[in-house]
Amino acid sequence: MSDPQPEPDVAELGVPVVEVEGLEVNFKGRVGFFSGLLGRKGSDAKAVDGVSITLHEGEVLALAGESGCGKTTTARAIMGLLIPDAGTIRYRGEPLARSRRGLRGYRRQVQMVFQDPTAALNPRQTIYEIVAEGLRIHGVPGGPDAKTEEQLVARALSRAGLRPPERFYLLYPHELSGGQRQRVVIAGALVVDPTVIVADEPVSNLDASVRGEILALLMKLREGSRISILIVTHDLGLAWTVADRVAVMYLGRVVEVGPAEEVLQRPKHPYTKALLNVVPEAGGTERPILQGEPPDPTRIPKGCRFHPRCPVVASGRAERLGILNRCIGEDLALEEIAPGHDVACYLTGLGEEP
Amino acid sequence: MQTLDPTPSEPPVLVDEPTDLVPPKSPRRIGWARRRRALSAFWKTYRRSRMGMVGLVMMVLFILLAVVGPFFVPAKDVSVAFATGKPFQPPTVHWLLGTDNFGRSVLSLIVVGSRISLIVGFAATVVTMVLGAGIGIASGFYGGKTDTLLNALTNWFLVIPWIALAIVMASILGPTLLNIILIIGITSWAGTARLVRAQALTVKERPYVERARALGGGDLHTIAHHILPNVMPVIFANTVLTVALSILAETTLSLLGLGDPNSVSWGGIINEAFQAGALSAGYWWWIIPPGVMIVLVVLAFTMCGYALDEIINPRLRER
Repeated sequence: MSDPQPEPDVAELGVPVVEVEGLEVNFKGRVGFFSGLLGRKGSDAKAVDGVSITLHEGEVLALAGESGCGKTTTARAIMGLLIPDAGTIRYRGEPLARSRRGLRGYRRQVQMVFQDPTAALNPRQTIYEIVAEGLRIHGVPGGPDAKTEEQLVARALSRAGLRPPERFYLLYPHELSGGQRQRVVIAGALVVDPTVIVADEPVSNLDASVRGEILALLMKLREGSRISILIVTHDLGLAWTVADRVAVMYLGRVVEVGPAEEVLQRPKHPYTKALLNVVPEAGGTERPILQGEPPDPTRIPKGCRFHPRCPVVASGRAERLGILNRCIGEDLALEEIAPGHDVACYLTGLGEEP
Repeated sequence: MQTLDPTPSEPPVLVDEPTDLVPPKSPRRIGWARRRRALSAFWKTYRRSRMGMVGLVMMVLFILLAVVGPFFVPAKDVSVAFATGKPFQPPTVHWLLGTDNFGRSVLSLIVVGSRISLIVGFAATVVTMVLGAGIGIASGFYGGKTDTLLNALTNWFLVIPWIALAIVMASILGPTLLNIILIIGITSWAGTARLVRAQALTVKERPYVERARALGGGDLHTIAHHILPNVMPVIFANTVLTVALSILAETTLSLLGLGDPNSVSWGGIINEAFQAGALSAGYWWWIIPPGVMIVLVVLAFTMCGYALDEIINPRLRER
């Protein structure tokens, strides 16, 4: 969405907060010492290859896809935890600074929730210290009428559902349950009053019983504080439950993006459809269409990168429709098929359903 | 479409009895309460190690001896000019450990010498630890070229025979107490650096280090709050062992005549005994007691060090 003209749905979506444009992240391939002497070069893995997504104010955007599709790498790049090879990331119109001070200011606004709360908490710190860490880094509390550190920590803990907060101050992470640990991670992010939360698979390491609680907590934050949430997940069912918009990634590219209802009820990309096939909420048949794993990102297929696994190609339908040559030979970009709903598939040009 | 209850269910209730104390309010008191708790838990584990307790008792006795002992020794007892005994006197009731060539009481010399031996041991250990931890953390945390460079330096210090290096340095710098401390520190940090680097390498990959970065923390913050506290136990167990090694190193240097000639240390006593031909003359009381003291003090620190290592090093635990 590089178009500066406000589209019809944009007003409804709110102001863009984080805009990612043409993001590319390559991981350098390793090459053996002797092969290196012979002039061989390691092949780079294109983890993220031209991703553009926009997160609006107060919105929950789900970034979904199989493992290895680059969704976590995208999230890490948004956090400034790795330096992209190309593309820009803008926060409220300002390009993401690379200076230490600039990044620190940005990270006061954009906070991250991690996949594995057990590993994301320093086992030698108490809950109080963990939650207060952000405050100490950013020099909060400051000013004359500011709240004390202790008050802010208590507030963050209770916002994250750990009540009464004082009971948790002196505990260590290992003394808490998995769900409580994830609440601590969320409290640690909330304590600096961010406007954006990037949640990388926030519930995939949790018991099914606490999953709903953590998701409900995130949703409550969005409603109460207008926090925008980017939720990275491999689970379209989860995206279905919580997200306003969904972006589906495959092999480093966004292949379909749009309102959650639209994308999940009327998927226009064969990949999205295949993923939904195993989601019970979407009337999935539990019989997976997709076989195997995504190809090696060091050897991205030509044409549509999904074609080697695409059921439309495999069934011969693509050939009948006369798009097979383009499917296997011509790279393609996202195309808007409905307001705010973009798909990268040759089928849509023919008005066909996947 | 699934609907979610917007309010989280019951605030999680703790099953255990974790806080028996009233939670303190100020952050500093919270920090102290945590340290107190960690310390008492540590002590509980340590107390179960018999080796550690024997070592600790011996260590405390030696430290007491070094701190208090010299006050009970009259200055003339250890003075070359004013010593009251006859030279080379074997142990008697009055001269419990006999006398040396100047008629000084060997017992008094040992008591006075304990102070220098322990001071050198502890001070050299501080130098070792600061150098080793600093270089190890910098090497492990920053990686890349820094690591290559510092690792090469560490390896160089590891492979060079320390005694040769120490002798060269001592003859260039001159044998003062401070120089001895520095020389021991400089020749023995490499092992610690290697250990700390390995630990820093594993700690820096932990997700909580990434979390600290995502929170906006810089390198210094990460090192101070996440790397160092997780490397500290390794450093700590190593420290106690290093004290033993430093005392031994000081003894070795003194024995070779590279010690500070103006102060009495155990190694120095043995060196003087050698010079005076005590070995061939059979003045055993002049050589064996300081030797035994060295063995005992090294043993005490080593026992404590191993006991600590067993508690702190997860690979040795539960054995």
